[in-house]
Amino acid sequence: MPVFIALISGVLFGIGLAMGGMLDPAKVVGFLDIFGLWDPSLAFVMGGGVIVNLIGYHGFIRRMGQPVCDARFHLPQKQSFDMQLIAGSALFGIGWGITGLCPGPAVASLFTNLDTGAIFLACVGGGLLAGKVISSQFWPA
Amino acid sequence: MTIDFAHFTPYASLFGGILIGLAAFILLAFNGRVMGISGIFASALTNHPVGGLWRWFFLAGTVIGPLVYLGFREEALLVRPVSEGTMLYIGGFIVGLGSMIGAGCTSGHGICGLARLSPRSFLAVMTFMISAVVTVLIVHSGS
Repeated sequence: MPVFIALISGVLFGIGLAMGGMLDPAKVVGFLDIFGLWDPSLAFVMGGGVIVNLIGYHGFIRRMGQPVCDARFHLPQKQSFDMQLIAGSALFGIGWGITGLCPGPAVASLFTNLDTGAIFLACVGGGLLAGKVISSQFWPA
Repeated sequence: MTIDFAHFTPYASLFGGILIGLAAFILLAFNGRVMGISGIFASALTNHPVGGLWRWFFLAGTVIGPLVYLGFREEALLVRPVSEGTMLYIGGFIVGLGSMIGAGCTSGHGICGLARLSPRSFLAVMTFMISAVVTVLIVHSGS
């Protein structure tokens, strides 16, 4: 059951990314280019996603004792601000600005961008693994 | 600021966003998992596949989704690259590196974290939005 749910969730996510315009790097850059010719579309993607979750989380999930298929909710426990959060997010923003692709669209573009999708996804994966090594070296849990 | 009405797609983008929100809600309500792609992808690569099989199913769904969407429409998906070669691949590496160190990306912090009203996610989203806007200003201005 959990793997089936994960598959359905992934398919909905992939359709949403494609429909929303997130798989088109020029559209993403058009959204980030607020000082140039600005395309506000992706604010609607973000807004739609956040509003559905805001209702879903505060209206339903917080009233559920546990998820339907698991013993507990696996939510992030960390509450404090730290240097990793800011430095990592700043770095991520640089990569997103250069390429117009964040990790979700990188995965979803595997077959929609046959020229570079696979190599790009491998580069994102390499960066994630390098980040994991760096985090465990400098900021052991 | 000038609005690019020629490329503005409010309805498709809002509907796409609602689907992304539903995807995140389903994953949390049923599996108790946050829909953060950088975390799911990284754990899929490093964890034992049996316990974390759901991650591979989620990623497979994410790859299949756009193909399903394309099956319902006539025209091809618009994909216009903004960088190529070394720049594209170094950029991809930085995307992965940054989202791992910052413990999340546009999905985990942006969609899920903001909806849970997490202060860490608010700070993360503010930070990566500012750095992405500044990067675009430097790298892609006038393009």
